[in-house]
Parts: sequence; structure tokens; C-alpha cells
Amino acid sequence: MTRKVRVVMAKLGLDIHWRGVYLVAQFLKDAGMEVVFLGNQFPEQIAEAALEEDADIVGLSCLSGNHMTLAPKVVRLLREKGLERVKVFMGGVMAPEDAVELERTHGVHKVFLPDTPMETIVSHMYESVGRPRHQP
Amino acid sequence: MSGGLAISPDRDRGPDLAAWIDACLRGDKRATARLISMVERRDPGASTILERIYPHTGKAYTIGITGPPGAGKSTLVDRLVNEFCKDRFSVGVIAVDPTSPFSGGALLGDRVRMTPGSRGRDCFFRSMSAGDAVGGLGPATQDVARVLEANGRQIVLIETVGVGQSELDVAQATDTVLVVLTPESGDTVQMMKAGLLEIADIFAVNKADRLGADSLALALAGMLDRKPRAAGAWRPPVCTTSASLGNGTRTVYDSIWRHHHHLRDTGELEQRRRSRLEKELRRKVEEELKRVLWDELVQTEKMSAWVEAVRKREVDPQRMARRIVTERLEAKIHRRTRMTRTKKEDHAGD
Repeated sequence: MTRKVRVVMAKLGLDIHWRGVYLVAQFLKDAGMEVVFLGNQFPEQIAEAALEEDADIVGLSCLSGNHMTLAPKVVRLLREKGLERVKVFMGGVMAPEDAVELERTHGVHKVFLPDTPMETIVSHMYESVGRPRHQP
Repeated sequence: MSGGLAISPDRDRGPDLAAWIDACLRGDKRATARLISMVERRDPGASTILERIYPHTGKAYTIGITGPPGAGKSTLVDRLVNEFCKDRFSVGVIAVDPTSPFSGGALLGDRVRMTPGSRGRDCFFRSMSAGDAVGGLGPATQDVARVLEANGRQIVLIETVGVGQSELDVAQATDTVLVVLTPESGDTVQMMKAGLLEIADIFAVNKADRLGADSLALALAGMLDRKPRAAGAWRPPVCTTSASLGNGTRTVYDSIWRHHHHLRDTGELEQRRRSRLEKELRRKVEEELKRVLWDELVQTEKMSAWVEAVRKREVDPQRMARRIVTERLEAKIHRRTRMTRTKKEDHAGD
């Protein structure tokens, strides 16, 4: 049995703009991934969940402006737990230069800004873990 | 890739597997998470894992939590984990949610109900998708529970997918079964029906702050009291709870322990576990037989000829099946006896 791509998804911190993360979670499920949905969590719990769930990907949603403090912390905690193979993806509203900085200097694998087609997210994720798309 | 145990998911077999298993037995969470994945997807290493950890299992107390979707199973689980951890138990949780029959994907949402930031809880929480299993659990739930136990978990809570009336696998997998209902679960007649309600060791009528909780609890009690019961036999208690508010959950916790003591003192615990193992063994024999049958015995290349014979109405499917199986089995047995006989003759000549 091939392993399905496991994604741990969370709203970062206290941000309550839920619509986006719901939408993406549902699309990932429909694309054959196993999505472990956390709701609102802080970096410590997100990293712990990624550990226990043996996640391939951590997906963070952030539309509240605290992405530069909390997202790098998630990456750091994952590394501390020996989970550097876990890819961190982000989505949300932020300045494009912040997105570039998160990717270049903070170890976030990819940031998707508004208006990213869902298909782009799905294919990026499958590509990042080096596995073919699950065929039902 | 880092040092230590970090290895890509598809290369962590062979000599490394032993290291992962040792780490799991020592209490390492990452190794445990990885082993669970391997067991869950029936990786080639899975049988080695299960073989190695088996001597370390059999002592944890397992509790099943089942009930209709949205009844509050996960919320109740969260509260129970708190209680167990307060009493210094090491807890494992397996939460099963359904797999999409269309995409094969799943949305595992039980972690949402876990109290954020409950530090100091000694708990390993794992979400699982049910795959194509229909009994309310995943295909490997029992084995995953064993991995958690090997990791040192003394209590293992298994939360099923939201069930209807007849997904009862959890009763075959756990020591104590907790059935969670809500005031909307139905009237007296629903309570009398076969299935879900018959497997309960403890009832929780959750969302008891809503209208109708008391009458449901009463209907349940009536159903339970109408049932003839030997003196000293366990009568499932009916607890009313509002798990999200934390009301009544302590009573459920105490009931679990009372049930545990009851099972232990009457010797029923050993009996239950024994019959569970027997069922598991029977199931495994069937699986093994099936595998041997299709992999080694039946020459599936002949399948189209067999189908053709059945299609032409030369023979009915039942008789055809019997013929295929008996012929192949007999051939296999003959070969075996011939081989042993020649071996014996060889020895006699020495």
C-alpha cells in the first residue's frame, strides 16, 4: 500500500480568518491527501502534531500579520525535533517581500499568496515530497 | 537529512528498522510515529515491527469511544486524556476519521477538539483514516494500538469514526466501550434496537445542557433495566455530560475505572482479551490462507478459462470454486508428503 501524503494544517496563532484554510484543506483531501486539521494552534503544538502524525507537510494559514514571528518558529521547532524533511507551506495575506524572506531565509518551502490557483498548491505539494499524485 | 534517525520514509528499512524499534521501546515519539505509519500502510517492515514489539504489549488498558458523528466523542476524549494525565498515566489516542471513497483522501479533524497548550500532558495523539474498512475503525487500528503500547502508553483510547447503528468493530478491539449519544439520538424505540447500544459498557449522554437529555438518559436506563442480568453482572451506567463545558466528564472517568475493576475482579478481563486474541488469530489465519491461496496455489492465469466455463454454464460458480480449491490443495499436500518421504528415505540411507 502506498503511503498517502499527510498534511498537518493549522491556523497560525489566534488568526480567525478560517475560510481560506477550510477551502485548501478540502481541496487537498479531494486531491487524495490525508489532512490532519488542527484549527488554531501555536508553533509548539503544530510541531508536536507534525511529529506525532508523521507528517510530510505542514500547511500554515496566516492572515493576521504575525507570519514573520510565528512561521519561522514553526520551522525552527520542526528542526529541533529532527523533522527537517517536513516541508512547510504557507498561505495567506502578506507583503510579497515578506513571502520572499520567509522562503529565502526562514526555511519556509513555499508561500502562496492570494489568487493562487488550487491546482498550483496541490502540484507543488506532491512535487515537494517527491511522490506521484495519488490515484484513487 | 539530519544525523541520528532521520531517514527518508521509503528507505527506513533493513538494519535501520531495528534502531527505530529500539527507540520506540525507549519512549521516543518520532520513532513511534514512523513505526505507526509503516504498520498502518502494511509496509514490508510491518511484520518485523509487530513481531518485535509483541512481547512488550498486552498490559495497556484500551478504551473505545464510539457514537454518531458530532456527538462529542473527540471533546470527551480530550477531557478523559486530561483526567488520565492528572493521575499520571501515559496515554495514547488513536482517532479514526473516514476516508473519501472518491479521492482516497481524508480530512482528519479530531485534533481540533484537543485543548491547545495543555502542557505536561503525557499523551501521544494519532489521527488515522479508516480506509475502506467499514466497522468504524481503520484496517490496522489494533496493530497501531500495540505500537503505542510498546512506546510505553498505559492507557490507549480509540475513537471510532462517527457510526450509525452497526459499526461495532470497536467492541472487538477494546476493554471498555464508551458509547456517546446526544439528546437528538432518538426515542425509546431507537434505544431498544440491536447494535451500537448493545456493545456499550458505559453510556455518555453528551450535550446534556440541551433539551431532552434527561428523557434520553431515562429511556436508556429503562432499556438497560428491562434486560435480564445475572446477579453481580455489569449494568452499564448512564452518565449525562456536557463535555465542552467539562460537566460530568469526571463521572465518566470514574465509571471507566469501576468497569475496569469489575472486569478485573470477575476475571472477565482475561476472558475478553483471550477471546479477542482468538478472533484475531482466526482472522489472521484467514488472511494468510487467502494470501497463500492467491499467491501460491491458484494459477490465476487459468482464470479466464474458468470464467469461460462458468459463463458457458458448463459448471456453476460454487462447484467451480470448490473444484479449483480442492484440486490445488490436494496437489500441494501430495507434493509435501512426497518431499518428506524422500527426505526420510535419504536419512535412512545415511
